[in-house]
Order: sequence, then C-alpha cells, then structure tokens
Amino acid sequence: MTDAVSKGRSLWADAWGRLKANRAAVWSGVYLAVIVALCLVGPNLTGHQFSTIYQSYVRVPPSLSAYPKPQSLDAEIKEVAKRAHLDLKEWGAKGDRIFVTVTSAKPIDPRVTRYLDRSDSFEDSKVENRSDDGLSMTISTAVKYIHFYFGTDTSGRDLLTRTLIAGRVSLAVGLLAGVVAVLIGVLYGAISGFAGGKTDEVMMRIVDILYSLPFTFFVIMLVVFFGRNFMLMFIAIGAVLWLDMSRIVRGQTLSIKRQEFVLAAEALGVGSTGVLLRHIVPNMLGPIIIYVTLLIPQVIILESFLSYLGLGVQEPMSSWGVQISQGSRNMEGAAWLLIFPSFFLTSTLFALNFIGDGLRDTLDPKDR
Amino acid sequence: MLRYVIRRLLTAIPTLFLIVTISFFLMHVAPGGPFNMEKGIPPEIKANIERVFHLDEPVWMQYLRYLNNLIHGDLGPSYILLNFSVAELFRVGLWVSAQIGAAALALSLVVGSALGVIAALRQNRVLDYVVVATATAGSTIPTFVIAPIIQLLFGLTWHMLPIGGWNDGAFLNKVGPVITLSLPQLATVARLMRGSMIESLHSDHINTARSLGLSDYAVVVRHAMRGALLPIISYAGPAAAGLITGSIIVETIFQIPGVGRYFIDAALNRDYTLVMGTVVMIAVFTIVFNLVVDLLYAVADPRVRYD
Repeated sequence: MTDAVSKGRSLWADAWGRLKANRAAVWSGVYLAVIVALCLVGPNLTGHQFSTIYQSYVRVPPSLSAYPKPQSLDAEIKEVAKRAHLDLKEWGAKGDRIFVTVTSAKPIDPRVTRYLDRSDSFEDSKVENRSDDGLSMTISTAVKYIHFYFGTDTSGRDLLTRTLIAGRVSLAVGLLAGVVAVLIGVLYGAISGFAGGKTDEVMMRIVDILYSLPFTFFVIMLVVFFGRNFMLMFIAIGAVLWLDMSRIVRGQTLSIKRQEFVLAAEALGVGSTGVLLRHIVPNMLGPIIIYVTLLIPQVIILESFLSYLGLGVQEPMSSWGVQISQGSRNMEGAAWLLIFPSFFLTSTLFALNFIGDGLRDTLDPKDR
Repeated sequence: MLRYVIRRLLTAIPTLFLIVTISFFLMHVAPGGPFNMEKGIPPEIKANIERVFHLDEPVWMQYLRYLNNLIHGDLGPSYILLNFSVAELFRVGLWVSAQIGAAALALSLVVGSALGVIAALRQNRVLDYVVVATATAGSTIPTFVIAPIIQLLFGLTWHMLPIGGWNDGAFLNKVGPVITLSLPQLATVARLMRGSMIESLHSDHINTARSLGLSDYAVVVRHAMRGALLPIISYAGPAAAGLITGSIIVETIFQIPGVGRYFIDAALNRDYTLVMGTVVMIAVFTIVFNLVVDLLYAVADPRVRYD
C-alpha cells in the first residue's frame, strides 16, 4: 500500500513524461527553439542590415570564404577606375594593403579616393603619392572583407540576414494568427455548445455556410479589403481558420457540460460565464493545444501562400513565402535564392508537425 | 436512392444561394471597380462602359440581375477579358484543369492507398517508417516549394521535362503539374489509409475471417481494405472538387491555361462576374462531389442505406 502515499501525478506531469519519451517531438522542439532563437537574435549577428544593398555583390553565390574573391579584385578596381574617369596603370598588393596607380589627362583631385571607399570592396583609402603635375597618383586601400554565407539576392542584399528576418515574420504571423483563430474558435464553439438548442443550431449553420465558401476567395477578399497591411493580414488569416477549432470545441463542450462536476458547479450557483470559463474551457486544453500546434504550420503556409501571390508582406520586409517566390523566379543560375528559404520553411513546418503529433499522442486520452 | 439524391440537390439550393449572396456583397463592399484601374479613360466613356455592364445601377439591383441571370444559366461576360463570357472561359479552362486534376486525383488515390496498406501491414517496421516519413514530407512541403524544385531538377538540370507551358496538353507537359498537385493529396491518403487499415485489421470481422482460414490476400484485399476505404472516400470528395477546379499555384508556376489562375487575377481586378463565376463553380463542384461521396459510402459500407 505504499502507492497510496506516493504523490499522484497530474494530467500535465503525466503528459510531460510521455512527451519526453517521444524523441522525434523532443528533437523537433529543440530544432524549433534553435530556429526561433536564430530568427530573433541572428539578424543582429550577421553584420548586415536586412535592407542594405551591396551594389558590388548582386546575386553572388553562397560562400564560406569572404568576399571579394582574389580573382574578382582586378575587375572591381577597373570598375572603380572607370567610374572615377581615371586610367588604371597598375595595381598590386603589398602586405594587407593594395596599391593602385592611376593616371589621367587632367590633374587628379585627391578626393578620388572616395570612389574606392564608396565601393563595397574597399575601405580606408589614402593617397600615398601624387606626381607633381597631378597627372598620376598612387592610392593605397584596404580590402573590406564581407561574408555572405547564403549569398545575396537579386538586389545585392545578404540572404542569410533576410532569411532570418523573413523567419521572424513568418513565425510571428503563424503564432499571432494562430492565437486569433483559437480565441475566436474556442469562444464561438464553447458558447454554441454550452447554449445548445436554437442558438447552437444557428451558430453551427453559420459555420457550415462559411465552410462552403471557397476558402482562398475569403482570404483574398479580406486582404483586398484590408489593404496589404501586415497587422491586419494575420487577423484575416486567423478569422478564417477558426472554423475547425469551433467545431472541435463545440463537440467537447457538449460532452463536458453533461458531466457531474459541471452540474455540481451549477447547483452551487456558479453563473453561465463562470461555468464556461472556469470549468468547461480548462478541461478542453488538451485538444486545444494539439490543435494550435497543428494550426500554426497551416497559418505559416497560408501566409507564405499569400506572400507568394504578392498579397502578403511587402518590400523591403520579407517572409519565407516572398523569398521562395523570388527564388523560384531566379532559380536559373541562382538556385540558392530558392533553396535556403525553402529549407528553412519546410524544416520549421516539419518540426511543428512532429511536435503536434507528439502532443496528440501524449494528450489524447484514448491513446493511453 | 433517387429520392435521396433529389432531396440532397434541393437542400443544396439554399446553401448555394447564401454563398452567392455573401460573396456578391462582400465583393461589392471592397473598394474599387473593374474599370477604375485604367488611367486616362474620359469619365463619359467610363460611364458608358459601366452602363453597358449595368454597373451604374444600385448594388441590390445588380444583385437581383445577377441572380436572375444565374438561374437562367448565364454567368455573364468577363469585365477584364473583354469579348469572352465567363462560361466560355470556363469551357476552355475547366477542361485543362480537370485533366490535370483528375490525373492527380487518380494517382494520389491509387498510390496513396497502396502505400498506406503496405505501411499498415508492416506496422512499426522499416517500410512503415519510410512511408510515414514520406507522407509527412509530402503533406508538409507546400506546393509552391515542390513545383519550382521539380522545375529546377527535372526541367533545368536534367532536361527531362519542359519547365512549363501547356503545349496543347502534351503528355510531358502534364507530368510536373500532376505530380505537384498529387503529392500532398497522396501523402494525406497514405496517412489516412494507414490509420484506418490498422484499425480495420484489428477488428472482429477480420479475426473471424482469419480464423475461418481465409488466405492473407483475401483477408487484406476483400475484407480489411473494404472497411478501411471509408475515410479515404470521405476525404476524396472535397479533394476531388479542389483538384478539378484547378490550383492557383500550380497553374501559375507551370503556366497552364486552366481555371485556377483566374481567381486571383479576377479578384484583384474586380472582375465581378469572373469572381462570382469561380465561386459558383467551386461551390457546385463541392456540393456534387460531397453527394457522390455519400452515395459511394453506401457502396463501400453495407450498413449505410439511403431510402
């Protein structure tokens, strides 16, 4: 009879233990945490702004070594000389600085160094030596090394930073729209199920009608309505995705409200609102949590879909859907533009799905 | 049976009516109109155009006019693709979309259920895990990722398929779109089939069949699969309606002249009749396929009877 003394395990402690045993779910959780952390902190660590345009590095492929590449320096210096209307005589590297000798038919203004500094590849340019007639000049400059681990996009912006920024948007939309959908769905479903009778009938018929509206039509109409406003977009998404939630919650409410503890609460004089919020809704948390984890990937896909169609997030902000749409337009010759965002989006969706499945296995009472 | 079908079709009328009404007013509340975009139209000409299309009338009159036309089977002219009626656009486009959609549906039902059955028979073994992992991947990766990757690999890198285009329905042009459309469906069918097959294999009538000494083949194919098909049938109805009425993403990416791509263009350009036509078309297909599903239920499950 020692069992009687041992501490009883709550539903949640039990579920947590079962969840920890599910390796796929645990690793997905870890992966998701890493992605979220990367998206939150990463853009500050890459050394690039998500909207900075590097004109010298448009559509450069991903590389672990720094840009500019040694073989492209020559072309870059020639380009700068051309822009400054100077003739390039020779250039060479000495130590960690590069010495460029230029000539011109007219005396050279010492301020031409700024042409070098203005390029994305050089910094700290100085005039080393100017001939007396001013027609020839030697300038020393340092190469500015920049890393583009994911390459750059068609405007010359760092793809790593942009992918992480886009991730922020996609995840935020997923979470917020998911919460909106759940709030509407839970309230609607609980009220409908709890009220019963005619109210229930009417409320569920409304859901049926909304179900039969073509879903994409609805979202597109809402987006067209609201304009392409970021905040309002996920409200639009959330407002569409609550239908399933309301049906699930209504079903749960119907079964819970007949149970003894609800009758007891009513007998003790708790009002309808109290019964609903204190006794019925908390007892549905399991299915609600499962549904939320399965809803968030749906929302992310929907947001990406809208952004893919050009109805979602607008430049210079980005989301994974926008990036994939741009990537698929440039996959010929710049496949990295498609591959990196696609990988981030799908792996995140995978992780969310595994967590959802894991939660369903742990919280589903039928599955014990 | 016939009475059931007629009753179902009659109850569909109010649903359709509500869908048309909600869509119509929702669309007209949205700012802008079909002829607002073009700059430089003199106001008199714009007024003339709007009079021709009855857009100068109050919205409720336009609504009644639309309902009246709809009852007579007239979906009206397209406002943006001038010289075409909505019905003409659908006649051409729907045939294209339906070919691809039907092929994708067939592929996902056959391959998906086969994979599901295999996984269920090998539950918790390597083959099962392979199927489940593939199914998860298929239902997780969005279409707009799969499609460009198919184009990138099979079109640009290996030159096995054309990158896009319809080419009068040449076989190779259909391969990419059909695969893209069917992958997510196939994955869902496989998952559903696996689940219901496992349940079905554990049920009493299968134990009876086994104890009567029936062969494995007879038990699986004739008895277990028949019961396990029910969730697939109910899933296939809405899926079929969605597939046949075309996919915006697939038709845009693969440049296919189907009906799916009309929707976004029409909504953005306020091509009211084309949007309404698409809504009606999708709703009709959904209603019809749901009815077909319920009828098929009676075929697959002898307990279901419609009198």
